[in-house]
Amino acid sequence: MTIQVQTGTFDPGQMLNALHGRHAGVGASVAFVGYVRDFNDGEEVAGMLLEHYPGMTEKALQKIADEASRRWPLIRLDILHRVGRLEPGEPIVFVGVTSAHRDAAFEASHYVIDYLKTRAPFWKKEDTGAGPRWVEARDSDNAALDKWSAAQ
Amino acid sequence: MITVQFFARYRETLGTDQEQLPWDDGLDSLEALRTRLVARGEGWSVLAERRLMCARNQDMCDLQEPLRDGDEVAFFPPVTGG
Repeated sequence: MTIQVQTGTFDPGQMLNALHGRHAGVGASVAFVGYVRDFNDGEEVAGMLLEHYPGMTEKALQKIADEASRRWPLIRLDILHRVGRLEPGEPIVFVGVTSAHRDAAFEASHYVIDYLKTRAPFWKKEDTGAGPRWVEARDSDNAALDKWSAAQ
Repeated sequence: MITVQFFARYRETLGTDQEQLPWDDGLDSLEALRTRLVARGEGWSVLAERRLMCARNQDMCDLQEPLRDGDEVAFFPPVTGG
């Protein structure tokens, strides 16, 4: 299990291969990659700054990863989240999970990204044609957690 | 002493990212600390927002969380990573 927070970009293909790690017990890997879009809430986006809470960020991601590992039989779980300046089209976040079977990999990766979006201390500030603006959290992100509360 | 940190929009509104405050018996919860900061007036009212989030010693918590001398507290708007 690796948890990384970094300013530099990353190659999702390399991340996916490292996640598998030539482990012959792996029957399934599922990866979620989030990207910077060039348009959001009616404005063109020229880039963004991602702020975080050093120390707490790593701790929060570790807690989410630990809980996912407790709920599903995982072989490996990797999380990489970028901070600092990001350009449209660049990857922001990688969540990758391997397991013997697909259901655990699908569900655990979905669980991790849902919790990351609502429980990890990151904040996006977009550069738009109308000036910089903080991205507002969506109620739907919190509502997404409901599907996990009853599970297992 | 307690250390209070502010992030993102709150950091910008307050013009500071952290401060240290002497602890006293009245600061028995994060809510008590928030109330004291909001009472400073002007920009500090941003901490009265309903959707404010907080953490104690780098773990997310609610405002009823008890506060102790030496704690690191953070107030921030809803998170938007991922």
